[in-house]
Amino acid sequence: MKRRARLGFFLLSAAAFAGVYLWGLKGLPPVGHYRGPYGDVLNRVATYERHVTDVVTAVNFDYRGFDTLGEEFILFMSVIGGTVLLRRQREEEKSERRDESLADQSPERQAPEPSDATRVLTLALVGPLVVFGLYIVAHGQLTPGGGFQGGVVLATAPLLVYLAGNLKKFKQITSHTLMEVAEAVGAAGYLAIGFAGLIVGGSYLRNVAALGTTGMINSGGTIAFINLATGLEVAAGFVLLLYAFLEQTLEIRLRGGK
Amino acid sequence: MSTLAPLPVVIPLSVAALLAALNKFLHRRISEALSILATIATGVVCGELLLQSQIQPVIHWFGGWTPRAGVALGISFVIDPIGAGAAVFTSLLVLAALVFSLHYFDTVGTLFHVLMLGFLGAMCGFTLTGDVFNLFVFFELMSASAFALCGYKVEEPESMQGALNFAITNTVGALLVLSGIGLLYGRTGALNMAQIGRTLGGRLDGLVITAFVFIMAGFFIKAAVFPFHFWLADAHAVAPTPVCVLFSGIMVELGIYAVLRVYWTIFDGPFAAHRWDLRALLLTVGTITAVIGAVMCFGQRHIKRLLAFSTVSHVGLLTIGFGVLKAGALAGVALYVVGHGLVKAALFLVAGLLLHRFSSVDELELHGRARNLRATGIVFFAAALGLASMPGFATFRGESGIIDAAGSIGQGWVRAIFFFSGVLTAGAVLRVWGRVFRGMGKGEEAETAGAKKIKEGRETTQPSYGIPAVMFAPAAALVLLAIAIGLAPGIKNAARTAASVMQGRAGYQARVLEHAWVPVVPAQEENTPMGKGLAWSFATTAAGLFLAFLSLSSYWPRKHMLTRPVAVAVRGLRSIHSGHVGDYVAFLTFGVAAFGVVLAALVHLH
Amino acid sequence: MSFFPYLVAAWLFIIGLYGIVTSRNFVHLVICLAVLQSSTYVLLLSIGYRVGGVAPVFVGVKVGTPAVDPVVQALMLTDIVVEATVVALLLALALQLQKHANTLDPDKLKALEG
Repeated sequence: MKRRARLGFFLLSAAAFAGVYLWGLKGLPPVGHYRGPYGDVLNRVATYERHVTDVVTAVNFDYRGFDTLGEEFILFMSVIGGTVLLRRQREEEKSERRDESLADQSPERQAPEPSDATRVLTLALVGPLVVFGLYIVAHGQLTPGGGFQGGVVLATAPLLVYLAGNLKKFKQITSHTLMEVAEAVGAAGYLAIGFAGLIVGGSYLRNVAALGTTGMINSGGTIAFINLATGLEVAAGFVLLLYAFLEQTLEIRLRGGK
Repeated sequence: MSTLAPLPVVIPLSVAALLAALNKFLHRRISEALSILATIATGVVCGELLLQSQIQPVIHWFGGWTPRAGVALGISFVIDPIGAGAAVFTSLLVLAALVFSLHYFDTVGTLFHVLMLGFLGAMCGFTLTGDVFNLFVFFELMSASAFALCGYKVEEPESMQGALNFAITNTVGALLVLSGIGLLYGRTGALNMAQIGRTLGGRLDGLVITAFVFIMAGFFIKAAVFPFHFWLADAHAVAPTPVCVLFSGIMVELGIYAVLRVYWTIFDGPFAAHRWDLRALLLTVGTITAVIGAVMCFGQRHIKRLLAFSTVSHVGLLTIGFGVLKAGALAGVALYVVGHGLVKAALFLVAGLLLHRFSSVDELELHGRARNLRATGIVFFAAALGLASMPGFATFRGESGIIDAAGSIGQGWVRAIFFFSGVLTAGAVLRVWGRVFRGMGKGEEAETAGAKKIKEGRETTQPSYGIPAVMFAPAAALVLLAIAIGLAPGIKNAARTAASVMQGRAGYQARVLEHAWVPVVPAQEENTPMGKGLAWSFATTAAGLFLAFLSLSSYWPRKHMLTRPVAVAVRGLRSIHSGHVGDYVAFLTFGVAAFGVVLAALVHLH
Repeated sequence: MSFFPYLVAAWLFIIGLYGIVTSRNFVHLVICLAVLQSSTYVLLLSIGYRVGGVAPVFVGVKVGTPAVDPVVQALMLTDIVVEATVVALLLALALQLQKHANTLDPDKLKALEG
């Protein structure tokens, strides 16, 4: 279709689409009048049954923990997929021999040397970020947070190193092989915790650990362990994705910014 | 509660994680062996679940959270014969694809297998789950693996374009499904399909219609039903052959499966008084899809793209089967999916063989070059007959199931659509057979009415002068299996039993929410007269053969001899398959809006 | 107010579709898809909202206090991860397209016509 025709066709369809969607939305209860029962039941029972204070985490990692397993594997498969799609092709392998710190500064696209201020600030942030990430991972059962959020925070630490220095240092602190193993171990850890439930309790992902005292860091049974596994997987997965994209950026710069 | 139930998801995902961890250290043959073993194990577990589900649907509550007072707290797998059967069939096709790729992609490395296993686990979870949001999660997991597999050949711009079109349209589809789920959740406060169905009861209003249209359209995008089918040909033309086998053989059909599941568990109650309105919509849409797919199929020269359009046409027939909304038709759909999946997978495998042997899948370029591949030619020919639903193939049983059920509600005319689709798709495939394997007709100078040549990259490193057994055997085995299922006694009755389980909404709800004992009641033995169906099916095959030979002969009309309306129609049809993702999404918007408006108008009128 | 968030959800869906249909650059198009996705966040959260309800984190509040629905929030978290990963995959595809076809404009790709 020509651009004009496409736009006209779309606008007409979109008007009808809007009508259908609004007609459906009209059938919902007004905003602010959630009627339950699913969420209300969980709000009532989750704290007693699972010794957690953050019910959202209880839903994510226990009541609907199987969804989150699928979600974790969506991330896993995307990282693998990203690695596959951004893999170096044969002709690129041949042009492999080069000094990478030089390549990052190719004349056409010279990245400015990071200023001292950038360097100091970013490097100073790395330590607190790692601690903060671990804190978020560990406290999922108490306050909003958990493996996904904390994992992403953790993954930004190596990125700061890249911003402060260059790809070379980034690569030194994150071994690609190690990240691959860590990602897979995190994913497998979730599966294994679920499997323990199947062996001990007869259903997959059933809680098998002591529930602990509500409000303390050791509460929540398997939820804490699942969060750790997820945190590991997410952190490693995002580093791998960054890796793949940075490699390709280099490749493009080498070819003269094509 | 069955402890086996989670394994069809857990086994492939565990092995995928293991392979990814050991990526750098494993020899290629070991990772291949591990993934094949995992697929076999998954298939065996699914087979056992299929046997267990013959007694009554198998339930597994994850985390042990059984429902309380009819409110589901957790996620359940609810495994009935159709779901388990789909999972077995999925494992079988993945096995065939993995065996075929043993001699493939010397560069694949382990990650290809990781993606394939993720795809397998996702499809199994998709077929077994009883929770509508979990269905969405597995839909997305399936997509994530499929997008990467589709774009595997990264050097080719066509490949990236096809994968992008596929990924963008299917992601919009997933978001439509999620919005529909949101609407349902706002009304019922539930995500378990049985509970949603029970809470909705029989009330049909704007919210229910919109939720149904969104969810159905989202899954129809995956199923490639008109006007959502555009991505399919692009994705199939560029994806590696083993991936095409899974896309056409099962992934697309799972889109139909999901609509069936959601309809019979959730929406049949509200639509019970308006079945005729829904029928009108679905039969129309199915007919359009079948016709467009068949015409576009006949007008291709790129063999994989040709087979892809044939899939579109057959999905149209499946949509008709769904639209009949009868147990007999549902049984027919199940058998048709199996029969079609087997022969279509075999056809794609042969296309992969041709690509391996001759570095091309272009019909005209391959003119007469495969004359020496006798056995391969026979497999291709037999699979083409299966596509025409020749009696003896599983497709014939599926087709007759759908047509008989349609006839029982006075819609016998759908036979004509089956005839048209069968003649054109089988005719196109037989034409390829004649030209490539028999050297009939002309080569590059043949008349194609504007069919375009698309570059196809190699998938194997070196051409070989023989046909490796691991590449030939899966294709032959799949065709033989299609014939075996077509001839096996009792299959039709088993399918009818399975269909009535899927349709039994009250039993499903009681089984899931109250853990009631709901035994499967075997369907009554039914003797429908076969004569008419047999005659029509042989006629379809004969007409397909005739069309193929005619198109290879010198009597085939040249381009300027085409009557003007036909030429204009063909050109118009080609031009809407533009490869432009903006067009596709515009059609998608149109489709959702049209479904909604038409359904609303029909319901309102009655 | 009681219907407004739903209108926002519908608007985001349609404007996202508009962006995809008219886009001339695949990277821009992928971000439009992300806009479309945020429609589902708004929809889910407004469905689970309750006037006067506390967040479903029972620290310093008695269990049993009216709270908003935790389930939709959990669903939304899942949704966010799905989006992040799909965007990463799509951008990877777009990057390779730029590298090998030297364009990101859907209008300039003609290979898969007909």
